[in-house]
Parts: sequence; structure tokens; C-alpha cells
Amino acid sequence: MIGTGLRRRISRVLWRRPRLRLGLLLGGPLVWLLVAYIGSLIALLVTSLYHYQDDPTGLVQHLSTSPSATNYRRLLDQHVYRDVAFRTIGAALTVTVIDLLVALPVAFYIAKLAAPWLRRVLVVAVTMPLWAGYLVKGYAWRAILDPAGGVLHQVFGHSPGFGLSGTTLTLAYLWLPYMIIPIYAGLERLPNSLLEASTDLGAKAATTFARIVLPQLLPSIVAGSIFTFALTLGDFYMNQIVGGTTQFLGNVVYREFSANLPFAAAYATLPIVIMVAYLLGARSTGALEEL
Amino acid sequence: MSAVSLRGVTKRFGEVVAIDGIDLDIEEGEFFSMLGPSGSGKTTMLRMIAGFELPTSGTISLHGRDVSKLPPFDRDVNTVFQDYALFPHMSVAQNVGYGLRVRRVPKAERTRRVAEALASVRLNEFGARRPYQLSGGQRQRVALARALVNRPAVLLLDEPLGALDRKLREEMQVELKEIQQDVGITFIFVTHDQQEALTMSDRIAVFADGRIEQVGTPADIYERPVTPFVAGFVGTSNVLQPAVAKILVGRDEMCTIRPEHIRIVPTGTQPNDDEMQATATIRDVQYLGAFVRVRAEVAGGVSLIVDVPSTTSVSASIAPGEQCELVWRRDYVRVVEHFNSTDTGRTT
Repeated sequence: MIGTGLRRRISRVLWRRPRLRLGLLLGGPLVWLLVAYIGSLIALLVTSLYHYQDDPTGLVQHLSTSPSATNYRRLLDQHVYRDVAFRTIGAALTVTVIDLLVALPVAFYIAKLAAPWLRRVLVVAVTMPLWAGYLVKGYAWRAILDPAGGVLHQVFGHSPGFGLSGTTLTLAYLWLPYMIIPIYAGLERLPNSLLEASTDLGAKAATTFARIVLPQLLPSIVAGSIFTFALTLGDFYMNQIVGGTTQFLGNVVYREFSANLPFAAAYATLPIVIMVAYLLGARSTGALEEL
Repeated sequence: MSAVSLRGVTKRFGEVVAIDGIDLDIEEGEFFSMLGPSGSGKTTMLRMIAGFELPTSGTISLHGRDVSKLPPFDRDVNTVFQDYALFPHMSVAQNVGYGLRVRRVPKAERTRRVAEALASVRLNEFGARRPYQLSGGQRQRVALARALVNRPAVLLLDEPLGALDRKLREEMQVELKEIQQDVGITFIFVTHDQQEALTMSDRIAVFADGRIEQVGTPADIYERPVTPFVAGFVGTSNVLQPAVAKILVGRDEMCTIRPEHIRIVPTGTQPNDDEMQATATIRDVQYLGAFVRVRAEVAGGVSLIVDVPSTTSVSASIAPGEQCELVWRRDYVRVVEHFNSTDTGRTT
């Protein structure tokens, strides 16, 4: 006996109308995405075209909403803003390189050498720091870097102290799992027989790494670097904990936010532009399929 | 001097003994197969000859040179892998040229030898393709060319035809054998497919539980199996325990007889002088295309397998429950010589 109840009727209508089904499935999230993400991005871009103008009295400034490139001209003309941008990009690249150099051997060990039980333990161990709070790790690094009696000072008698190097080291530590995991996944997909075939054909370990492993791993490396690069580019708070007086893009945005909102908005588009450029570069290596 | 000599080769993985004291000589230019079920140690043995695994004890020599402790890149052998292991980011020509490139062979010679190797496997036009653009059989041939281009003293093949469908596999068997005869390189071929081993090999070693049960020509292995395992693994065999053999064939020893060597005749037929017979009841009948496989029960509840060609008139009248006579020639009964033997030496 086939029922004719309301639920069954609704189900039949849905079964006949795939578009309606899709609409119900994605409608909610799509509205959320449009309002929260695209909406805020548009608001940012629009705001960046506003600027403050001197009042005819010269005593106060008022906000002009007629679009102008004033803010963008200022951030290009004043070398301090260029310096901050280049410093941030430099730190993001340094963090990426440090993480890559640490992640490659670690991921190789986990994926290819460790026993299966140890592999599972190590994957959990690598991701575990992600469960700890950002601030907790920041202040832990304060204790490590402190030039007056920090861990590094006690053990090695020297510490880079609070500044750009301190921030770079701390961020490299923070984002390391994001580099290890994609490389580990890439290595796990790389059949051992390829490594054996290379050795069998006469290649020693270094040659096998350069000619077989690295080319196959490139997409994974780029995928990992997107995380380490983007997260460093967007970070500003670690500078306040271990950075001394170091300023990143984020610090400028944070400071200008209350002083000159349109300029903060204009400056915040900079990391977006850099990231878009980075992603376009990454796409050409096929790395985006790794995400 | 043998191309490959194994002396007391043993391999343990923790508690597990994968290879248990193997002695074996493989001659120059031989097509030699290592045949056995999965887990019998044949692949481990091949990997030790290649250098991917080191033996726990014993020595491996290539042309008289002890290579037991050398890494793969210092051994004059090349391997064709079961999954081909072609480098996906390289073209076919780059794959084939890889070994020459890492050994710094000059570009001009490299190009010439790669072209020759591709021609020898009939892939002249495919040098610029990527592995994923090739069929299974073509990838197989690239893997072969990639190994042969280095002119190794010994070529190791690890179940290289396993991933191919049957028709292609049979074609590749013929082709592989022809290539081996052309290049004259010693081939060591690992397979679990007894038909493949019988078709292609000059000699076969049958592996079971990390030991060699028998070494011999395909005819030796098929017609004169020395252990019940060999009799059962290579082709189908009726293995008669001594007590049964005494009744059926009059010998108090373990014997075997092949199903195709037994005929079914109507009850009351007299056998020839060189034949023996037994009365049997047909229990079940399997149609297998070229022949019909019959299980017939003789006295004492013992069943014999009999293969009857589908074309013979008798196959039409065979049905479960029917009484019949089984007839075989005396000289087709094989005595299993040493059925408790651990002898792994060569039978010549």
C-alpha cells in the first residue's frame, strides 16, 4: 500500500524538481555567504574610496563619500607604507621557507619511514598544537624569546629577542602543521615503487629527491605555502606579543581603523591583492587541486 | 659462471621467516620463473636480488660478484615493477632515458639508445606521450624499455602481466619471450600464474613458504612433480595418499595422476595391457568449455578429478549418479619421490 500522506506528497514534488531540491540544499548557506563575505568585501572596497577632507575652517575634517583614489595614492607615495608591505611579504616568504625546510623531512619520515602505528601518532602530534589557543602559544614564545632570561637565552646564551626575527620564528612555529599536512598527504600518495624504480635505475637518494620526489610534490608544497604565506600576511597580533615595535600590514590596518577608516580599508585591500596574485601563481602549478 | 647465485639466502621480518635458506643458480641468458602462491616468498626473493631488501643471512652473487650488501644503484640489474612505476611527470622518452641520464650518458647516445629501446617494444611514435595517455599494455612495454635500455646483466620482472586482461596478457607473454631471446639478457620472472610460467620459462622454481619445492624445466615441473605441493599447484592433479595408491595403482607410495590422463569408458569395457582401471560413480560435472571436469568417486569414498574433452561422444552421456569405468595408462601415474623433502637443489 502506497501512502498519500503530506510528507510523501512533498517528497514526490521534490523528486520531480531537482532545481527546487538544490535551492533548498544551498539557499541558506548562499545567503549567509553573500551577506557575510561578499557583502563585507564590497563594503571594504567602497569604504576605501572615501576620504577625509579639510573643513573650510581648517579646524576639523569631514568624511567625503565621493569616490576618489586619495587613500591609494597615499599608500603608494609614502614609503613607510611601502616598507611595511614589503616587510610583511618578506616575513611571509621567510616563514614559508622555514616551514618548508622543517616540514619536508618530517613529512617524509611520517609518510614513508614510520611504522603504521607511529604514523597515526605523529599525524595527531603534528596537528595537536592547532588545538591550543593562539594567545597561549604567543605567550609561550614570549617566554622562549625573552632576551632577559628566556629559554633560548638560558640554553644558548643568546636570543633574537622581541622583533621581526622573533615574530618570524613564532609564526613559522604556529603555521608549521599547515605545511606538514599537505606534504605528508602528497608523499603518502606517491607510490614507493617510484622511489624504488629511481634507485633501481641508478639514482642515489639526492637525485631521486630532486628528480622524482620534488616534481611530484610541488603541488602539495604550493598548497602548504598558501596557508603559511596567507596566514603570515594576515597576522598582526603576534607582533604585539613578540614583535617589539615591528609593524605588519595588519598592524597598520588595526591602528588606522580608529584614526582613518577609509585609509585602513584601502590598506586592507593590499593583502587581498597580494593573495590573489599568489593564488593565480599557485594555480599555474596545479596546486589548487590539492586543496 | 651463473648469472645469479643464491647461497643460504634467508630473510626474516621480525618473527616471520619470508625466505628460508634458499640455494639457487640461474644461468646466463635463461628465462627463469619464480612461481608460487602469494606469501610464498617469491617477490621477497626478487626484491633481495634487486637490492630493495637485504638478506638476513646468506649471499647473493651476480656473475660471481657478491652483491649481498650493495644498494640497488650499485647492482647491474633492473626491475620491471608490478604497477610499472612509470614517472607520471615525465614523457615516455624521459622515462626510458632516466637510467641513462642519472648515469650521465652523453645526450646524443642517450637519444639514440632511447629510440632503439622504444623501437624494440614497438613504441617508436610514443616518445612524447605521458604515461597516463597510454593503455596498460603500452605502459608495460615502456617499463620494459626503461629497464632494458640500461643493458642490465639480469632483468627482474615482478608479476608484470598481472594487471592486464587475459587476451593482452597472452600476447605479452609471447612478446616478452621474443624480446628476451632478442636481447639475450637473463630474465627472472615472478608470477603466481602457473600457465604463464609453463609457457614462457626455460626453467621454473616453485616456491612455497619461503622455500623452493622444485626447480626444473616446465616439462619436469608438470610431468614429474617431486612434491604434492608442486603436483597440486602446477596444473590440477589427483594426489593419491599411499593407502589409496596401494588399492588404485598398486604402489604403497604417494602418487599423482593428471585429470586429463584419465578416460571415462562404459562399464564392462576391458582395459589394454598397459592400462589400469577402477569402477566409479560420477558425483558432479562442470562444463569448462574445452573440456568437462568430472568428479568421480571410486571405492573407499575417494574422488578423482577427470577431464573429458567436450567433443568426445562420452561427454554427452556423463551425468551425476551414473556408473562408469575410469581408465589410465600405468606410465601416467607419477610417484612423488620425496614428499617430505626440503631439498631445494636443482633437478637436472
